[in-house]
Amino acid sequence: MAQVSELGQLEDGEDERPKWDNKVQYLLSCIGFAVGLGNIWRFPYLCQTYGGGAFLIPYFIALVFEGIPLFHIELAIGQRLRRGSLGVWMAISPYLGGVGLGCFTVSFLVSLYYNTVLVWVLWFFLNSFQHPLPWSTCPLDLNRTGFVPECQGSGTVSYFWYRQTLNISADISDSGTFQWWLFLCMVACWAIVYLCVIRGIESTGKAIYFTALFPYLVLTIFLVRGLTLPGAAEGLTYLFTPKMQTLQNPRVWLDAATQIFFSLSLAFGGHIAFASYNPPRNNCKKDAVTIALVNSMTSLYASIIIFSVLGFKATNDYGQCLDRNILSLINEFDFPEQSIPRDDYPTVLLHLNATQPERVARLPLKACHLEDFLDKSASGPGLAFIIFTEAVLNMPGATGWAILFFGMLFTLGLSSMFGNMEGVITPLLDMGILPKGIPKEALTGLVCLMCFLSATCFTLQSGSYWLEIFDNFAASLNLIIFAFFEVVGVIYVYGMKRFCDDIEWMTGQRPGLYWRVAWYVVSPLLLLSIFLAYIILLAHKAPSYKAWNPQYEQFPLKQEKLYPGWVQVICVLLSFLPSLWVPGVALAQLLCRQRQKWKDAQLESGLKLQNGRHC
Amino acid sequence: MLWPLFFLMTAIHAELCQPDAENAFKVRLSIRTALGDKAYVWDTNEEYLFRAMVAFSMRKVPNRGATEISHVLLCNVTQRVSFWFVVTDPSKNHTLPAVEVQSAIRMNRNRINNAFSLNDHTLEFLKIPSTFAPPMEPSVPIWIIIFGVIFCIVIVAVTLLILSGIRQHRRNTKGPSGVDDTEDKCENTITVENGIPCDPLDTKGGHINEVFLTEEERLTPL
Repeated sequence: MAQVSELGQLEDGEDERPKWDNKVQYLLSCIGFAVGLGNIWRFPYLCQTYGGGAFLIPYFIALVFEGIPLFHIELAIGQRLRRGSLGVWMAISPYLGGVGLGCFTVSFLVSLYYNTVLVWVLWFFLNSFQHPLPWSTCPLDLNRTGFVPECQGSGTVSYFWYRQTLNISADISDSGTFQWWLFLCMVACWAIVYLCVIRGIESTGKAIYFTALFPYLVLTIFLVRGLTLPGAAEGLTYLFTPKMQTLQNPRVWLDAATQIFFSLSLAFGGHIAFASYNPPRNNCKKDAVTIALVNSMTSLYASIIIFSVLGFKATNDYGQCLDRNILSLINEFDFPEQSIPRDDYPTVLLHLNATQPERVARLPLKACHLEDFLDKSASGPGLAFIIFTEAVLNMPGATGWAILFFGMLFTLGLSSMFGNMEGVITPLLDMGILPKGIPKEALTGLVCLMCFLSATCFTLQSGSYWLEIFDNFAASLNLIIFAFFEVVGVIYVYGMKRFCDDIEWMTGQRPGLYWRVAWYVVSPLLLLSIFLAYIILLAHKAPSYKAWNPQYEQFPLKQEKLYPGWVQVICVLLSFLPSLWVPGVALAQLLCRQRQKWKDAQLESGLKLQNGRHC
Repeated sequence: MLWPLFFLMTAIHAELCQPDAENAFKVRLSIRTALGDKAYVWDTNEEYLFRAMVAFSMRKVPNRGATEISHVLLCNVTQRVSFWFVVTDPSKNHTLPAVEVQSAIRMNRNRINNAFSLNDHTLEFLKIPSTFAPPMEPSVPIWIIIFGVIFCIVIVAVTLLILSGIRQHRRNTKGPSGVDDTEDKCENTITVENGIPCDPLDTKGGHINEVFLTEEERLTPL
């Protein structure tokens, strides 16, 4: 297309585009964007649920056939066309401009709720600087004769999370009030994000050294600590032991494909923006493979740590369960203190059951099995804010570990936020919205301010329910649609031959058979099947959510509620509106072209008439 | 002569103090849990101290006659260590109402705990709930202090960056001196073509061909 060759001439003379100071900054930025909170709390959960080590098989297959090819396309196209996501798609074909706008919209929506998670992490971080940790004890009730009943029912950590942090309402329609402490933390979080993105990659490039490397340091410290905890070995063996029969469940393959897709942060436009600041001749193929592998290795590394800490926690909980039972027996039968070691408990119980069954039956004895505690899995905020914080309580030096853990989560999320903000800011800069006189700092400030104001709705009492909606609906379907159009747009519209020529010019090597097959056939098919599977799953049952309701009979279990009608409408809008940019822009371009053709035809006929008269 | 009386007294005592008797309370101590290696053995001397503490608590109740240690009866001491106790009136025929004993113990719970180096969890009076001490909270929560520190640092850094950006912007728009700078830059940088620095192509290190010099000299000056 004419526009691309024009761009080719432009790039030789255009040195106004910001550049990375060195290759390390670029690699760290991409790695920081890809490695995020999902590597810590989503991948270990998937591993645990889908048969431990067996999950690695569909995961690596998805990485090889879907993750790396799509990632390579993004980096190559950004580096070649030297534009953000909006400019790239306008350059490939004006009809595909909607893909860029859609990516921009999704990046905006994701920044809103992703930063809210960082707000929660910051709150926990600030509260970790005390001993004892505030989530280790329940607050006293009004008479000071006991603990608050909600806390006694649910446990100290859950109470701290649901009541003292979120102050959650029992229903999504009950919005409640703004929580001033979360609001303050949100101001601080957006100020920190603004500080880091204030000059685009000039400032994020400096900040990324810390935010991308600090998590690895902390993960290593936790690895050493985690492996030396009692019960870590049980956790690792139980959770990593492959259960091959789970591979027969198609859900496993779907989740592996979606995990790779979202873990690499594809189709956000952030990677295209990062690559566009590269020098034109840079080996983007090596970069793509390196970054994707680093991302997957980080997921594995993190899950070793998570499993060893979970194993420690499960062993601890199992021991406490046994101890509670033993104490009940000792108190009831007046045995001397500490006279029943944990190992003798089954035999003693058997003996007592045989001799005095009525007295034993009256006791509130719970069945304690280590596997039950190991099976308790959670993903997402539940893992970080409830399970891991509870595990940290039992470690010696809990305050230090809590500070390190939440500091690591914060820097992990912050480096991903840089990518999200680049996906929002670079298209705006490329569109040339602001006049030349106004500096970049003002644009980034305006963007951060708009995001902050929009995100304040998450500090309401029903905020976490809304966050779950955004997390489940805003990104998933749209990103798959955009990724599909990315592959199709680059390979079929831009042209496989021209794309391979570009890559040969940039890297010195023509893409081999693996790449071509993956781009032509495998990746589009995979994306299409993921999309269909998602639609089927969504339509299968009405979306519901789990509410924290102290009045529920089965409290502390969460109450499953259906979304009210107006919320379901919002879910559907979130799932599809950003994708509507694609047909919308294509239609607009078509109409524009038609009108232009019609105008040209009129002009021509007018000229002919004039010439005729003259002749 | 006194033996039958003694047996009678113990019999009456036995009736007054029994598990689940009226106005009787069960006490449970977890000495090894609280003190570990420094745990003391529960013997009759400790029981005496306990009875003394209960009598002390009853004596502190206003408008109550002086309670003696002998009015406090212990029974059913187990290895756990747990036992039941009642407080009798001076005539030793009736036990004092549970409500009075309960309030007296609650008032002096701290003193009783300290006498045995235990706390509310390890010295349990079943059926007597204890009032927990309010947790020590500083006037300003710690998280606000740390939040203030971090927020101030961020605001200062943002302000510095914005000011330096404005200064640089003003310097750029000032302008014509900027052109000279770029020319100097061109001279100072060594251009690289095909990996070979351009310097050797300069005449600085080369030989001067004298043929051309003599040509110039041949031209007659005006």
